[in-house]
Amino acid sequence: MQLDDVAVRFDVPMEEIASFKEYAIRRLRRRLRYREVWALRGVQLSVAQAEAVGVVGRNGAGKSTLLRVLGRVLRPTSGRVRVRGSVASLIEVAAGFHPELSGRENVFLNGTLLGRSTSDIRRRFDDIVDFAEIGQFIDAPIRTFSTGMTLRLGFAVATAWNADVLLVDEVLAVGDESFRRKCAQRIAALRERNGTTIILVSHDLTMIRSMCDRALWLDGGGVRMDGSAQQVTAAYHAHSDEQQRLTLP
Amino acid sequence: MMWRMLKATGTPLVMYDSATRRLAPIDELMSAVRYRDLIGQLIARDIRTRYKRSILGVAWTMVNPLVTMVVLTIVFGQIFRIEVGNYPAYLLSGVLVWNFFSQSTTAALHQLMWGGALFHRVYVPRTIFTVAAIGTGVVNLLLALVPLAVIVALTGGLFTPALLWLVVVVPLLAMFALGIALLVSTLSISFPDVIEMYAVVLNAWFFLTPVMYPVTIVPDQYLPLVMANPMFYLVSSFRIPIHDGLTPDPAVMGAAVLAATVSLLIGWIAFTSRADRIAYRI
Repeated sequence: MQLDDVAVRFDVPMEEIASFKEYAIRRLRRRLRYREVWALRGVQLSVAQAEAVGVVGRNGAGKSTLLRVLGRVLRPTSGRVRVRGSVASLIEVAAGFHPELSGRENVFLNGTLLGRSTSDIRRRFDDIVDFAEIGQFIDAPIRTFSTGMTLRLGFAVATAWNADVLLVDEVLAVGDESFRRKCAQRIAALRERNGTTIILVSHDLTMIRSMCDRALWLDGGGVRMDGSAQQVTAAYHAHSDEQQRLTLP
Repeated sequence: MMWRMLKATGTPLVMYDSATRRLAPIDELMSAVRYRDLIGQLIARDIRTRYKRSILGVAWTMVNPLVTMVVLTIVFGQIFRIEVGNYPAYLLSGVLVWNFFSQSTTAALHQLMWGGALFHRVYVPRTIFTVAAIGTGVVNLLLALVPLAVIVALTGGLFTPALLWLVVVVPLLAMFALGIALLVSTLSISFPDVIEMYAVVLNAWFFLTPVMYPVTIVPDQYLPLVMANPMFYLVSSFRIPIHDGLTPDPAVMGAAVLAATVSLLIGWIAFTSRADRIAYRI
């Protein structure tokens, strides 16, 4: 199955309203008081199919926002986003899980949350449970699961279908070594077998280097650097070292 | 948001282009239909969690309306006996409709808050939680019909073919509730305290609707208020087949249809036009 090149191109400055407090103030005083925060500004980006792109940057640099815009969660305030292919986000893996329901029921709930039909889920159900290594606990309520089990299950559901684009946001930071390895394997497999394009946000530079060919350094809402994973991670690392030295007494 | 299905070597390809966008209400409608399995799952989740940990299970939800009915029958039963033939049936059917309306719309508002966290992370059609909340209400209402039937039988009520009208009335109730839920949700996106205000409005609205009392006792100067109340027609359309065993008057049905349609249209359009803001705000 051959897919055309997945081209992702956008130019996105974006406004993000600060907090609830602003609204309370506005209501009381009947005046508009916005704090304009440009979470992303002037981002121009093009990603081809089956590329694996890492995204690094300080917290608040706009990495999550970038993923959200790609995942259709946010519409850009200006500019244009084009994504070809189905998109799966691992932005928060256990987001839809309801503690009272069993693992099985939650798989269906999360699956439909991700846009799958119940028949799709039924077909993949055994694969999901196998990958997550849940076994007979699948019918127990999720609140009895360990964090690891919940994570594995959530990850299994999210990656059960071969999406054309996979967005991963620091999810892999939590989880033990074997989980991380498993995730890395599956992501790599998706890339090879399916030609899935990967966008990976992480603070783990080693992971970026091992999994991605290309990397972006986001700083203050803009793309500071765009190049090979090696170069970008090295530069970013050096920069943070520098910052560290400056702030320490 | 525009989805175009491109065929490339037999595989349907989906394309997202933020620049092109169909009309928001239509777009949302198509997305909601596409995610219909999710609606089913959400309803199943609500029903399961509601009944899972309680001993009485399904029976529990009937306790409140039944107790209300018993108490009010004791208090008002004699007074209204002349006006209303079978007060318990009159009361209970009205209470069920009102509970459906108030509970499902309130739940829809709270669901939006809960779903708000999800909207930040995963793409889901914005109306989905509201629709599911109303859907849960409908399921609860249908379940409540069983004890209602028992009460009607016990109080010597009639079971006539007019009951078939309920097949039309229940969807109308759902449409009206959905419209109101969406409309109030739209306001709650901008102003969070709308949820509390809505509770107050509901309370007043309840007394304006002839649930506890027959409409005949309303003094003339207040009658226009009651006649302008859309819930009056919806409750009546539900109640008449059950209590009177008759087909609802065409004027009453017509008003109910009108109310349901207008409510849904306005609510849907208002909500889908403002829906984008959700990801920014909640």
